[in-house]
Formats: sequence, structure tokens, C-alpha cells
Amino acid sequence: MISVEHLSKSYLVGHQLAREQRYTAMRDVIGLQIKNFCRKAYDMARGRQIVQGDEVEEFWALDDVSFEVKPGEVVGIIGNNGAGKSTLLKVLSRITEPTRGRVQLGGRVASLLEVGTGFHPELTGRENVFLNGAILGMTRVEIKRKFDEIVQFAEVEKFLDTPVKRYSSGMYVRLAFAVAAHLEPEILVVDEVLAVGDIGFQKKCLNKLSEVSGEGRTVLLVSHNLTAIRRLCTKGVLLQHGRVRKVGDIESVADAYIDDGEESLPVFSQPNDKEKGVTLTSVVVGGDEGTAKNTFGYNERIHFSIEYEVNFPVRQFQVWVGIRTVEESWVFNTADNDTEESEPDYRRIPGKYRAEFSVAERFLNAGRYYPVIGISHGPSRTIYDRVELPTFAISEVDVPEIGRPGVVAPLIPWKTYLSD
Amino acid sequence: MTKKIWILEPGRTERNYWSDLWDYRELFQVLAWRDVSVRYKQTVIGLLWAVLRPFLTMIVFTVVFGRIANLPSDGAAPYALMVFSGMLPWTFFSTALADASNSLVGNANLISKVYFPRLIVPTATVVVALVDFLISFSILLGMMVWYHWLPGWQILFLPLFIVVAFLASLGPSLWITALNVKYRDFRYVIPFLVQFGLYISPVGFSSGVIPEKWRFWYSLNPVVGVIDGFRWCILGEREMYWPGFLASFGVTAFFLWFGIREFRKMERHFADLI
Repeated sequence: MISVEHLSKSYLVGHQLAREQRYTAMRDVIGLQIKNFCRKAYDMARGRQIVQGDEVEEFWALDDVSFEVKPGEVVGIIGNNGAGKSTLLKVLSRITEPTRGRVQLGGRVASLLEVGTGFHPELTGRENVFLNGAILGMTRVEIKRKFDEIVQFAEVEKFLDTPVKRYSSGMYVRLAFAVAAHLEPEILVVDEVLAVGDIGFQKKCLNKLSEVSGEGRTVLLVSHNLTAIRRLCTKGVLLQHGRVRKVGDIESVADAYIDDGEESLPVFSQPNDKEKGVTLTSVVVGGDEGTAKNTFGYNERIHFSIEYEVNFPVRQFQVWVGIRTVEESWVFNTADNDTEESEPDYRRIPGKYRAEFSVAERFLNAGRYYPVIGISHGPSRTIYDRVELPTFAISEVDVPEIGRPGVVAPLIPWKTYLSD
Repeated sequence: MTKKIWILEPGRTERNYWSDLWDYRELFQVLAWRDVSVRYKQTVIGLLWAVLRPFLTMIVFTVVFGRIANLPSDGAAPYALMVFSGMLPWTFFSTALADASNSLVGNANLISKVYFPRLIVPTATVVVALVDFLISFSILLGMMVWYHWLPGWQILFLPLFIVVAFLASLGPSLWITALNVKYRDFRYVIPFLVQFGLYISPVGFSSGVIPEKWRFWYSLNPVVGVIDGFRWCILGEREMYWPGFLASFGVTAFFLWFGIREFRKMERHFADLI
């Protein structure tokens, strides 16, 4: 049983002043340094935390969060980056203390916040199983009893007496997860660990987790993988900017999360700035018909229409768009001069321009994507760099196989012959 | 089966702090064992380092203080033996202090990812220093054989003074390691303190050279009591100056209480600050 009542957690964050304010005259710079030093010395004398930066602000990572979990429930915690999911898990697993509010935990909590925490590279696999087990709260007897099971689960029998610094990253992660998966706490807290290992191993992890919940233990799970969350969880908590937006059964919460993504119009627009050589005026992500939208089926093309205004002549001009996943790994990057040489030396005379391209259908897997755009000209004049565009999602409709791993899910033709 | 219920609230002092610590005793063993077994990996002479460092310092001190400055030893004890019996607890104290002060910051990934009673981390490092201490103890035995030195009945009290040395290094270590999480300035203070302490503590000389009227105040340095105790056990040449030892022990006890108190006050915020 977990009961969270009006839980809040604040952090102090420091900001640096903008560059222009920071470096104006020597006098100001010295003045600023002295001011910062005095502030830090004062904080230290008062026994307070010191914060780097010119200005200090209080930031509420969790703001009045309340919900309850019954024993044996598997709860998925979802929300965008920075919504407070990890902070919530840190408070629940007693790593950090809440600023306000109260939590009641009806049992021992084991947290699995990052696979391989506490592995020591110099120690062998065997030694690390004992080390990591102890860190996660297992007793030596318990580890001994489960040792063979752990090793078998991790598939590293042959390398037990090799230092883990010689392990491949796959082996490392497998061993780490195996130890954690054999914990037996009343409450298990898991943060984004499903994104590791190969397909077979991911399946194994998911099965292990559903097995754990089948034994009547409470599991709290944070993941960006909605498919996995839907499969494993019975209940969901949707966080937004540190507040609870919705608590309920997992389907309705997951739907609310997807709807939230759709609220923002899939259009980027800003007025022309005559001072700049080039202004990006609008980007529309939409379907073939040209209407803006942000949820696509697997069978749909995703059409990008980019408008910019050139205010004075430029050379070696380039517009590029990158598609990234929520983990900020780059799916691909594409640029207007990849295939088309419209003008010699990629010149642009002043005027309004529109550039278009489409991402092919039956290519991206189900999930949410985070496009960014950049514009540059000349040898190294970067005007826009990684400007975030509205996100879009590929729904699970028509995807060849729900839950197939991979950022992309192209249908690749196979041919099979009877060769003998 | 009665289930424990944990309540997390701001500023709540853990009622079951010490029982919690006891529950995690195996982690304590494992961390200490990890640090011991990793300490001399990928070095050529390995454990010899634990022996070599105090031994070389002992030679330098014997030459500088015993030969050049011509300071007196304790009674009939060879100067080198006297230096080494002070060097042992000093090396233990300074290694423990230096390693423990960095222990929390060095284990930042653990602190910010997993819960366990934080007190375990610096305490485990002090245990590692104790292992080094026991290894270099073998040199002392070798030297006693070399000088044909047979200790008296006082040697039976040596374990007691080892415990005192352990407590004397634990108290300040806890305080400084907690401060170090919050204010990294202390990282630079410790090496200086350790170097300074080597000369104000009676390591290279006997505390008998301190004028009588300063003796008591000198003993307020907790290491003085420990070193005097060691020399009394091993050499047995001079009467133990008990008021001084009690003063040393009082300071040690105060620092232990103060260190634990400050540590517990700060430990709830470690994960946010580290």
C-alpha cells in the first residue's frame, strides 16, 4: 500500500545572466563576481546550500501530488520529460526527502532507477552480483540462493570470473537487470529500464516484471514506452509540470497523455525579422492534403512545409530537419541540399521561399517524434540550430506488429527459396 | 506477519535509524570488501603500498628528528621503533580522514540512485584504512624482532587503543564528508590539515619533549592520546599521562557525537546536493 498526500518537492536552480548582461565592462564583471562570492559565503555561514549562477530561483519539481496505490497494483507513471516522474520515484524510494507533504509506504521499497548502479568495473561478474545485490538490499543468503538463477537469466555463465569492465555493454546490462529482477521487496520501483538490451532480452524483462506483479507485489513503473506500460500496468498516473493531471485505469490515462500531445497545434510560426539574413517564418507538419495534424497512421506520409524569408543575398545556404526520439537519439537528418542543387553555390536572393519534403509512409514505428530544424549559410553562419518543432506521433493503427522494437519499422521484402 | 510502515515527511527524524543501519550491515561488509579488493588492483606491488608508505616516512622522520635534531626517544626504545609506533596510528588516522572525506562524493552515483543508510559509506572507508593499518602492523613486528624488543604486559591494551583510533578518525570524517557534499571547498582543506597534523602530532618525536605546563593542552589533539597510548603499549618505557589521555578521549567522544549529529542533519539532502 502506498499513499501519497500533498507531496511537493522543490529544488533551487541557478541561472546565469544573459551573455550581454554578463560581460559588459570589467567593472561589472568584477562587481558580479564579488556579489556572487558574498552570496555564497553568506549561504555557507547560514549552513545553506550554495548554488552556481547569478540568480537563484526555486523550482517545484513536484507540486501537491496525491494518489493511492493498493497492494498488488502495477502503476505506470507517465508524462513528458521534466514532468516530475523521476523525482516522484526518488522520493518514494527514500533517496531524497520531500519538501512538503507525506508518504506512507506499507512495505520495503527496492528501487531500480538505473541498471548497473553500483557495479564496480574492476570486480568480476560474480563479485558484482553480490555487491549489487547488497546495494539493492538483498542479504548474502538470499543472493546465494538465487545466484544460479540470476546468472542463467543474464546468460553470462562463461564470463563470471571476468572483470565487468571487459564485458560488452549488452552483457553488462543483462547482468545488472538480472540481479535487480530477483529482488523480493513488497514495493518495486522501476525507472526506464526497458530501453536496454536486445529484443529477446527486453521480452524477458517484460515477462519477469509481469511475473513479479503476478506474485502480488506492488510495482511502480516509469517508461516512455506506452505499449509496455499498457501491457503491464493496471493503473496510471499522468504527471504534468509536477502536478497530477489524471489518475485512473491505465487506458484512460494513456489516452489522456496522447491527447495532451495533440493539444498543441502542429504549426510553428514567427514574424519575419528584417535584421536577420534569413527568418524562419513557418513550419507546418501535416498530411498529404496539406492540413496540419500531429497524429499519423503507419500508412500515412508525413509532410513538412517550411517557409522562410531571405532578407539579403546569402550563399551556401542550407535548411535541415532532424527527427529525434524522446530519448533524444537521432532517427535521421535531412537537408534541402541533399539531392537538389537549385542554384549554383546554393545562393538565395532575397524573397519568400517555401521548401517541402515528406517522410515516407510505412517507415517510422509507432511512437512520438520530436523534430528539430536548423538553418545556416556561408561557411559557418548558423542562424537557427536545433529549433524545436511541434511533435508528432505515429499511432498504433496499421503498425505491422504492436510492440515491435525499433525506432523505424520498415517492411522489408524477404525472399525464401528451398535451397536444397 | 506484521508489516512495517514507513512514513516519509520533511524533517522527520527516522525513529528506526539505528535498526535500519543494522539491517544494512551486510552492505557495510560488502562495500568495505569492495574498497579493499579494488584498492590495489592494477598496481604492480599491490598490498606492499600499504606497507611502504609508512615505512619510508618512518625512515625520513628517524633521520630528521632522531639524528639531525637529536630529539630524545622514550627511555631505552630505539628511535625508529618509537617513530613507527606513532606512525602506525597516524597513518591510519590520516588515511581514514582523507578517504572518508571523499567517500560520499566518490560514490555519488550510488547516493543519487539507491537508498541505504548513508552512514555506511564513510564508515566502510574507515574500515578499509583499518585493513591497511593491520597490514603495516607486520612491519612493526618485524622491527621488534630486528631490535630484539619485547613489549611488556601493556601490549594487552593495544586493541583498546585501536578502537580509540577508529573512533577518533570516524568522528571528524563523518562531519567533513557531509560538509564536503555541500561545500566542495573541504576537498582542498583536508590534504592541508593532514599534512599540518603530521607535524603538530607527536609522530616524529615523543610527546615527552613537550614542556610539562603545555602537556594537558597539547593532549586536546585527539591523535595525541592515541599515539601516546600506542607507545605505552608497545614500548612501555614511559608512564601513561592519564589526564592527557582522558582529555584526548573526551575530544574524540565529542567529535563522534558531533560528527554523527551533523551527518544525520545533512544526510537527507545528500541526493539533492551531490
